[in-house]
Amino acid sequence: MDAVESQIAEWRTYVAKAPAVDGRDLDELEVHLRDQIAELIAAGLAADEAFLIAVKRMGDVDTLSREFAREHSDRLWKQLVLTGEDEPERASNGWLQALFFAVAAAVTMQVARLVAGFPEEEAQWFFRNFSFFVLPFLAGYFGHRRQITTRGWVLTLAPFALLALAVNLYPYGSGSATEILVMAHLPILLWFAIAYPYMGGTFDSHERRMDFVRFSGEWGIYYVLIALGGGVLMGLTALILEPIQPDLGERVIEWVIPSGAAGAVIVAAWLVESKQHVVENMAPVLTMLFTPLFAVMLTVAAVTYAFSGITGEFDRGLLSVFDALMVVVLGLVLYALSAREPSQPAGLMDRVQLLAVASALVLDLMVLGSMVARIGEFGFTPNRVAALGLNVVLLVNLTVTAWRSFRFLRGRIAFHPVERWQTSYLPIFALWAVTVVVVLPPLFAFE
Amino acid sequence: MHIDKDLVAASATPLVLAILAEDESYGYAILKRVRELSGGELEWTDGMLYPLLHRLRRLGYVTTDWRTPPEGRRRRYYAITDDGKAALKEHQRQWMTVTRALADVWKGPRGLLMAGGVA
Repeated sequence: MDAVESQIAEWRTYVAKAPAVDGRDLDELEVHLRDQIAELIAAGLAADEAFLIAVKRMGDVDTLSREFAREHSDRLWKQLVLTGEDEPERASNGWLQALFFAVAAAVTMQVARLVAGFPEEEAQWFFRNFSFFVLPFLAGYFGHRRQITTRGWVLTLAPFALLALAVNLYPYGSGSATEILVMAHLPILLWFAIAYPYMGGTFDSHERRMDFVRFSGEWGIYYVLIALGGGVLMGLTALILEPIQPDLGERVIEWVIPSGAAGAVIVAAWLVESKQHVVENMAPVLTMLFTPLFAVMLTVAAVTYAFSGITGEFDRGLLSVFDALMVVVLGLVLYALSAREPSQPAGLMDRVQLLAVASALVLDLMVLGSMVARIGEFGFTPNRVAALGLNVVLLVNLTVTAWRSFRFLRGRIAFHPVERWQTSYLPIFALWAVTVVVVLPPLFAFE
Repeated sequence: MHIDKDLVAASATPLVLAILAEDESYGYAILKRVRELSGGELEWTDGMLYPLLHRLRRLGYVTTDWRTPPEGRRRRYYAITDDGKAALKEHQRQWMTVTRALADVWKGPRGLLMAGGVA
């Protein structure tokens, strides 16, 4: 019997190498194997014959691992990527293609900057279009990396082309509020357009949507880190070059920063793709840190507002502040979700998060209420409509999230509907961004 | 007998749900029951059952529990939920439609009665 025990242990180590199989799954499979062996021995086979047959019936490890990976794709984020018949072999590094796209973006940005004469001359069109100088290259990078079809390429580049036309052909008045709104919302809209090549030429898969959310979080963190490093580099360069010639440092900065910022977009994306295999995601860690802090702050604020009421001057910026707050709360929810093991039972963190969401909702409803009462005084402007719209979009999301989380904590529903709601709602944000960029300007006559 | 892999895949979920609707069970026992029910014709690869069970759990159709029965080893038991029973009903409805259509065309006046087929 000892021989079989050691064989089972060997088998277990071998299967444990499969990326998406965790400890509990292994226990389950091992018990299954032992039951099978016991039955075969009872039927009269020798121990090692029984072991061989049981292992064969279990199936080959590669296929097993692929099936587990399909089901538990979130586990792949910390593990080695497996190669199989339906996943194209990825270059383990791919830094050369990343470099190509990064350089392309940097060069395009530099050419555009020179044409616009920034920063000497004011060039509205440069600011309006700067995302077009960078983000198509990011889309190209992912399209190339995921090896999407020709049809995929067309569908990837079409939104960029159409939006470029829309944004540039609209006759904005000078210093118009709608133009500024468009400039603010365009990068966000184009970021959603990048989701298509990132997900390999499809929008349907909810698993991949969640992967895109994870990617976005990590990309943001890496970009900030690169920007900080770049800032230090530029600062020191300027100071070092100061003695040589007074404004040499400034000229260098003028040239390097736009191109550096553009190239860094691709580099950050490449870093996320590379480290996906090896390093823990940082966004969920930050989320875990800040959720309790925000919960405390929001609860205290909600209670204070409830007792003192919203007196005082109606600040135009108040709604934007609450939009920002809701965005942060949504981010906390989303990134906690992205790292949560679906089979985990409800815990303290979930309760704290629900508290944060509920307080944010209460606060927002109070502010909205007082605002609606005064809307007659101030009327509709593009900024107000944009802020209000975003607030409503976020409000709906967080309300349903709070409701489903509450039911999950009570044990009425599984965790799956909570996650599903978030991934299903993502297109609505994209739709809202489209509305602001394409529909709002003509609606307000481009003022 | 060779059974088309699409057919095996399509029938896996309703089969597992139906077995769990009879009584809660664990992986190995479910597999044995499948063999029993199909007279040994349906030979699933054992390992494939578990991702399926995990998927059903994620969708909320089954719940799981680690338990040690008196005479055996510590195992993971699966039990069907109300959502799972509803999903099973839906699968039944779909399969009845399909099998009825097939039965009609095979037995009908101008239909083909396959040699050794279902009477």
